[in-house]
Amino acid sequence: MAVNAIDVTDLTIAYKDKPVLWDVDMEVPSGTLMAIVGPNGAGKTTMIKSILGLIKPAAGQVLVYGKPYAEQRHLVGYVPQRGSVDWDFPTSVLDVVMMGRYGALGWLKRLGASERAAALDALDKVGMKSFAQRQISQLSGGQQQRVFLARALVQDAQLYFMDEPFQGVDATTERAIVTLLQELRSAGKTVVVVHHDLQTVPEYFDWVTMLNVRRIACGPVGDVFTDQNLRKAYGGKVAFLSAENGKH
Amino acid sequence: MSPAQIEIQIIASIVAVTCSLLGVFLVLRRMAMMSDAISHTVLLGIVIAFFITKSLNSPLLLFGAALMGVITVSLVELLNRTQLVREDAAIGLVFPAIFSIAVILISRFAGDVHLDTDAVLLGELAFAPFNRVKLFGLDFGPEALYTSGGILVLNLIFVIVFYKELKLATFDPALAAALGFMPTAIHYALMTLVSLTAVGSFDAVGSVLVVAFMIAPPAAAYLLTDRLSRMLIYSALIGIFSAISGYWLAYLLDASIAGSMATMTGASFLISYLFAPERGLLAQARRRQNQRIEFALTMLTMHIANHTAAQEAEIENEVVHLNEHLKWTPQFAMEIVGVAERTGLVQQREGLLTLTENGLKRASQEFSN
Amino acid sequence: MDISQLFYDLFFDYTLRTVALGSAILGIVSGALGSFAVLRKQSLLGDAISHAALPGIVIAFLLTRSREPVILMLGALIAGWLATLFMLKVIRTTRIKDDSALGLVLSVFFGMGLMLLTFTQKLPDATQAGLDKFLFGQAATLLQRDVVTMAVIGALAIALLMTFWKEFKLITFDAEYAASLGYPVRGLDVLLTTLLVIAIVIGLQTVGVVLMSAMIVAPAAAARQWTDKLKFMVILGGLFGAIAGVSGTLISGSAEKLPTGPVIVLCMSVIVLFSMLFAANRGLIWNWFRNLKNRRHLRAQAVLSDLNTLAMQHPNEARGHSSAVLRAMSTNPDGVSLALSQLKEQGYAQELAKDAWALTQAGLDEAGKTSEKEA
Repeated sequence: MAVNAIDVTDLTIAYKDKPVLWDVDMEVPSGTLMAIVGPNGAGKTTMIKSILGLIKPAAGQVLVYGKPYAEQRHLVGYVPQRGSVDWDFPTSVLDVVMMGRYGALGWLKRLGASERAAALDALDKVGMKSFAQRQISQLSGGQQQRVFLARALVQDAQLYFMDEPFQGVDATTERAIVTLLQELRSAGKTVVVVHHDLQTVPEYFDWVTMLNVRRIACGPVGDVFTDQNLRKAYGGKVAFLSAENGKH
Repeated sequence: MSPAQIEIQIIASIVAVTCSLLGVFLVLRRMAMMSDAISHTVLLGIVIAFFITKSLNSPLLLFGAALMGVITVSLVELLNRTQLVREDAAIGLVFPAIFSIAVILISRFAGDVHLDTDAVLLGELAFAPFNRVKLFGLDFGPEALYTSGGILVLNLIFVIVFYKELKLATFDPALAAALGFMPTAIHYALMTLVSLTAVGSFDAVGSVLVVAFMIAPPAAAYLLTDRLSRMLIYSALIGIFSAISGYWLAYLLDASIAGSMATMTGASFLISYLFAPERGLLAQARRRQNQRIEFALTMLTMHIANHTAAQEAEIENEVVHLNEHLKWTPQFAMEIVGVAERTGLVQQREGLLTLTENGLKRASQEFSN
Repeated sequence: MDISQLFYDLFFDYTLRTVALGSAILGIVSGALGSFAVLRKQSLLGDAISHAALPGIVIAFLLTRSREPVILMLGALIAGWLATLFMLKVIRTTRIKDDSALGLVLSVFFGMGLMLLTFTQKLPDATQAGLDKFLFGQAATLLQRDVVTMAVIGALAIALLMTFWKEFKLITFDAEYAASLGYPVRGLDVLLTTLLVIAIVIGLQTVGVVLMSAMIVAPAAAARQWTDKLKFMVILGGLFGAIAGVSGTLISGSAEKLPTGPVIVLCMSVIVLFSMLFAANRGLIWNWFRNLKNRRHLRAQAVLSDLNTLAMQHPNEARGHSSAVLRAMSTNPDGVSLALSQLKEQGYAQELAKDAWALTQAGLDEAGKTSEKEA
C-alpha cells in the first residue's frame, strides 16, 4: 500500500482550556483533492495549522508522507487565508511570490535569478504575470488570492494546504483556482482545502473530511458526503442543503 | 500626620477616583493610549492660554486644555481617515509634535514662571497645601482640593447621568447609533472630560500620574469583575489605595510623590494580575491543573469510544499504547486510567480498556456540544 | 547665527560636530528600525519602551555609581526588554488589550523611573547629576566617547538588520507562513524587537525618553509615503531620521533655551507633514489632483455619451445640439460647458454654429468604443 500523504491520529487541540479538536483521525491518500468542511468553529483551520506545526497539539500525532512534518517541510506548500496579512505592506507581487522560495533558499542567502524565474513562472500559471511589478495594495481580492497561490506554487511541493482560497473571490478567480487544483492533481500532488461552499464539494473535490470539533467522516466524496453525515456535522442547520445536493 | 499630609492624601485620592472613573471607559473602549496623548497635548492648550491671560489661575487655562484635547482626538482621526497611516501611528505622530511645541514654548518664554516641564511631568503635590483658598481672612483649605473636587463632581455627574448611554456606546456602538444615542457625541464628551481631568489633575500630580491613574486601576479592576458598575467602584478603590500607599512610599524614600503613586498603581495591578480570583495567573494555573485531569479523562473515554468498533481496538486500547497515542507519559497514563477506573468510567481486563455505561455517556456528551 | 558659520562649525567645531554626528546616528538607526515597528503595528511600543527605559537607567546608575554610557544604555536595554515582555505576557494571559497594556507599562515604569530619579538626586553623592537629561534629551552633553558607543551599537543593529533582512521581511509580512516554512518566528521576533529597543536606547541621551517614540514612528511614516518598496522605505526612514536629527541639533544649538529633543521631533514632524501632502502617488495633494482629473474625465465621458445619444436619436441631421439640452440631460449641469471645451480640445466634439454642438467622427468612434466596453 502506498504511503498516505497525511496521517493524523488521535489529534486533540485545546485553545487555553477549551478543546477545539477532539481525538481526530484523518488519512489523506496521495494524489487526492480533499476538502475539509464543517460549520464555523469546527476546527477546520486549526486542523491544517496543526498539521503545519503552527499549533501545538495536546495529544496525537501527525505524519506527512510517513514522517513528522519537520522532516518533510520541503514537500509542503501553504496558502493561508488572504485576510491574514496586511496588503498595504510595501512590496511588489513578485516579491511576495518569491517568498515561496525562502524555505528552499535557507538562512542568509540572497534571492537570485532562478528564484525570479520560478516566481514569474508561477505567476504565469495563475494568470498574473503582467502584475509582477505591481504594488500588492493595488490588487483585487481575487488577484490577492492568486498571488498567494503562486507563492505556494513556487514552493514546488507535493502536498498543498489552502485555507479558504475561494473566500470572497470573483468567478474568474474561482475558475482559475479550480483549474489549477485539477492540474495539481494530474501532476500527482495532494491538495487539502478548507472549504465553505458545500454545494461545490462534489464538483471540485474527490475526497472530503467533515469536522465538527470531532471527525464526522473522512473518505471519498461519493461515500461520505451524505445527508446523514452533513446533518451530523451541521446539526439541523443543513436541512436546506439536501435538496440542493441532489442536483450534483 | 500633619494637616498638610492629610490634605495631600485627600487631594491625591480625589484625583485617583476622578481619573479611574473615566479610565474604565478608556480601557473598555480600547482607547487607553489616547489618555497618554491627551495628557501630553493639553500642555499646549495651557501654555497658549497662559500667554493670553498671563495668569496660571485663569479658568481659560482649563478651557484651552480641553480644546486642545479635542483637537488632538480630531487630528488623530483626521490622520487616520487619510489612510496614509494606521491609527496607532497616527497617535504616535500627533502627540509628540504638539507636546514638543509646548515644551519649546515653555523653555523659551516661560522659563522663569512656575510653569516648567518638570512640574508638568511630575506635578508637585508636596506644594499643593501651600496654595490655599482664603476668603475674608478665613482658610478654606488648599485650592487643588477645589479644582480636583470640582472635576470629580463633573465626572461623576457625567457617568451617572449618561451611564446607560456610555455602557451601550462602549459595548455596542452600532446599536447605540441605531437607537439614536449618538456614540460620536458620547465619544467627544468623554474625550473632553479626559482633557479637563488631565489638566485639572496634573497641576497637582503631573501628566504621568494622570495616565497611570487612568489605566492601571481600571485594568486591575477589569480582572476582578465582569460588571461595569463594580468595575467603576473597584477601580476607584484601587486608585485610592495606590494614592495613599504611594504617598507613604514617597515619604519613606524621600522621592517624587507622583512617581511613587504611579509605582503603586503598578503594584496594585500586579497584585490583581497574580491573585484575581478567576482571571489571575494563579487561578489560571490552578484551573489548568484541574482541567488537565478532567480533559484527560474525557480524552480517554473518547479515544476508547472512537476505537471500540474498529478492529484496531485491541491495539489502541491497550493501556501500554495510551502514552504512545495520546502523547502521555506512562505515569500520567497510569494516573488517569486509575482515576477513570475509580470513578467508574472504564474497566480494565487483561490490559484492555472498555468503557462503562458512564464512560460512554461522558464520551458522547462531549461529542454533542 | 548665520548659515555659513553654522556649516563651518559643523565641520570644525568639536562640540557641534560630535552632537550632529550623534543625532545623525540616532536618526539613521531609529528610522530604519522604526520602519519595521510601524509595519508590525508596533508604533506605540516605542513609546512604552522608551518610557520604561528610565528606571533601567537609574537602577544601572544606583548599582554601579557610574555614568558610563554603555552601562546606562545596558540598564535601559534590560528595562525596555522586561517592559516589553511583561506587556506581551499580560496581553497573552488576560483580556486586557494591547492599548491598555502599553499605557500601563508606560506610565508605571516611567513613574518608577521618576521615583528612583528623585530618590537618587537626594543621595549625598555628586556624580548622579545629569541623569535627568534623559527626560527631554540634552544633545550638548554628548561626548565623543558617547558618539563612538552609539555608532558601534547602531552599526551592529543595522548589520544584523541587513543580515536577516529576508527573514525579517517575511515575518513582518506573514509570520504564519514563515513558520510553515520552518523559520523560528518567535526567535526572529525577539531579535527584531531587541534591535528596536537598541535603536531607542541609542537616542535617549539626545532626544529623551518622553519623545523618543516619535523618532521611531515619524521617519517611517514619512518614508512610507514616498515608496512602495520595503528596502527604500528603510533607507528613506534612516535618511529622514538623520536629517531631522542633524537639523534639530543645529537649530537647538543656535539659540538659548531650546531643548534638543522637542526641536528634533518638530523637524521630523515637518518632514512627515510635507511627505503626507506632497509625496508622489500617496500624497494628499497628488491624490486631490488625481481625483480632479478623474472627475473631469468622467464628466467629459458623460457628455460625450449624451451627444452620442442625441446623434442616434436624430439620425441624418447634421445640426448641433445646444448646451441647454445637454445640461438638461446631465447629472452635473454646471460642468457641461467645461466638459464641452475639453471634448473640443481632444477633437471629439465640434461647435457647428454658436452653441450648436455635435460629435466629430473621432468622437463617434470613441463613444462607440466606450459603449462596447460597457456592454
